[in-house]
Amino acid sequence: MAKSIDVSDLDIYYGDFLAVEGVTIPIRARSVTAFIGPSGCGKSTFLRSLNRMHEVIPGARVEGKVLIDGQDLYGADIDPVAVRRQIGMVFQRPNPFPTMSIYDNVLAGSKLNSKRMKKADADVIVERSLRASNLWVEVKDRLGKPGSSLSGGQQQRLCIARAVAVEPQVLLMDEPCSALDPISTSAIEDLIHELKEQYTIVIVTHNMQQAARVSEETAFFNLAGVGKPGRLVEVGQTTKIFSNPDEEATEAYIQGRFG
Amino acid sequence: MSQTTSKSERPVVRRGDRIFAGISTGAGILILVILAGVAVFLTIQGIPGIAAAPDEVKSGTSFARFVGPLVFGTLYAALVALIIALPLAIAVALFISHYAPRRVAQVLGYLIDLLAAVPSVVYGLWGREVLAGQLVPAYRWLDENLGFLPFFAGPFSATGRTFFTAGVVLAVMILPIITAITREIFLQTPRLHEEAALALGATRWEMIRMTVLPYARSGIVGGAMLGLGRALGETMAVAMVLSASGVVTFNLISSTNPSTIPANIALQFKESSGLTINALIASGLVLFIITFAVNFAARWVVNRRREFSGAN
Repeated sequence: MAKSIDVSDLDIYYGDFLAVEGVTIPIRARSVTAFIGPSGCGKSTFLRSLNRMHEVIPGARVEGKVLIDGQDLYGADIDPVAVRRQIGMVFQRPNPFPTMSIYDNVLAGSKLNSKRMKKADADVIVERSLRASNLWVEVKDRLGKPGSSLSGGQQQRLCIARAVAVEPQVLLMDEPCSALDPISTSAIEDLIHELKEQYTIVIVTHNMQQAARVSEETAFFNLAGVGKPGRLVEVGQTTKIFSNPDEEATEAYIQGRFG
Repeated sequence: MSQTTSKSERPVVRRGDRIFAGISTGAGILILVILAGVAVFLTIQGIPGIAAAPDEVKSGTSFARFVGPLVFGTLYAALVALIIALPLAIAVALFISHYAPRRVAQVLGYLIDLLAAVPSVVYGLWGREVLAGQLVPAYRWLDENLGFLPFFAGPFSATGRTFFTAGVVLAVMILPIITAITREIFLQTPRLHEEAALALGATRWEMIRMTVLPYARSGIVGGAMLGLGRALGETMAVAMVLSASGVVTFNLISSTNPSTIPANIALQFKESSGLTINALIASGLVLFIITFAVNFAARWVVNRRREFSGAN
C-alpha cells in the first residue's frame, strides 16, 4: 500500500513567481520524512505539489518530475483528482466539514469513490479509521454529533481518520500540530508512529523537537536569499541532520542561530 | 497623548464625534419615522375601505372577497418567479464564484448587477411586446402535451400575455438580487473546507456539493426570500403584461389571469374615487404586511447563519 516518492529537479511557480527551485529528494516508503525550515521557504508549497493541491491556486504550476513508485504524478494522462484520492492530506488547522456529523466526516472520502455503500461496510470503515486515529473510544457514543463539536486535537485526529479512511498510499501533513496544545500534539505524534507502519508519511513542522521525535529522515529547506526562491539545503537521516549536518546553514538553523 | 484626567465628571467627547453621532442617529430615526408614517397612512386611509359595505365600492364585494384573489395572485406570481429565478441565480452565482476565470467572473458580475439597474417599465414593455409573442409556441406545446396538469390546463392564450410570461419577467427582475447575495455567500466558504474536500479527491462539483452548498444553505434561503419580497411588490411587470380579471386559478397559460395587489392598485387608482380608493389603500396595507413579513423572515434566516458559520 505505501509507496515511495522520487522528486527530481522540481521547480514550483505561482504564476511567474518561482517559489521553490530545483528540489531533488527521495522519500522512502513506510517511513516519516520531516520538512523543516524558516517560514516562507516553500516547505508547504513543496508538500502541496506532492498531491497536486498546489495547482488549485490559479496560475500555480510546477516543472520537473514527481514519481510515485515510478509513475509520473504530473504525466499528461494523470487526473489530479485520482492523485488526491491516493495521497491523503492533513492541514495546519483542523478542518472537519462543519455541516457533517463525525460519522459522515470520516466517510466523506469513501463516499466520493463509491456512491452507494452498505451501512455495514460504512460502519466498518468508520470504526477502523477512528481506531486508527486513536479517536474511537472518545467519540463512539456520539458519532452523529457535528465534527465541529470536538476539541481542536480531536478535530485534527478526525481529519486524520478522514484521510486514512480511503487507505491512501501516502499521507501528507502540513504542520498538523501547530494549532494544538502539547497534550494533543503528543497524541498526534504517537499516532504518526503507529501510522508509519502502513503509510508513507511526509510532515511539515516548525517544531524541531517534533521533527527529531517523529521522523526517520529530515529535509531542511531555506531561502537562497532575500527575494529568491526556496530550495532544499540538505536531506538525510534525522539523527545525522540533528547531530552532524553537512551544511553550515542547517547547523545554524537547528541550533537556533538564525531563522 | 492622553488628556490629563478630566476635572468634570463627564468623559471627554470630541465635538466632531458628537456631531457625527448626532447625524447618524438622526438618519436612523428618520428611517423609522418614514416607515411609521407609511404604516399610519395606510392604516388610517385603509380602515374605511376595509369597513366599506359591498355596494359602496366599485368591486361590489366585501373587502375580504376583493383582496383575497389579489393576495393569491400576488403570492402565486412571486412564487412562479422564484421557482424560475432561484435555480438560475444559484447556477450563475456558482459559475461566477467557482468556475469562471477571474476576469470573466468580474465582467459577468457587473452585467448581472446591471440587470438590476434596468427600470421595471422597460422589463414590462419587453415582456408584453417581445417575450409574450415568443412564448406562444411553448404555450401551445404545453397545452397539447401537459394539459392534464392544472398549471397548463389551457386554453392557451394566443397573445402569450399570460401569468407565466409575467412570472418570467418577474424572474428576470429578481435574478440580480438573488445572484448577488448567493454569490457573496459562496465566496465566503472557508478555503480550508474547500481544500479539505479537494484533498480527499473531490472533483470541483463534488467539492461544491460537500462544502459550498451546505455552508451557503441559509444564505440561499435568505437571498431567495429577499427576491421574493421584491417580486411581491413589483408592479409594472404584471400590470403591463397581464390583462387581469381577478380570478383565482393556477392556470399559467390562459388569457384569464389573477391580478396582483400592486398591479391592481396601479391600474385602478386613476379611475377610482371615494371608498374605492380607501379599499385600494387597504389592499396596499395588506401588501405592506406581507412584504414586511417576508423580509423579516429573510433577515431572521440570514442571521441564523452565524451560528454555524464554520469558523471553528
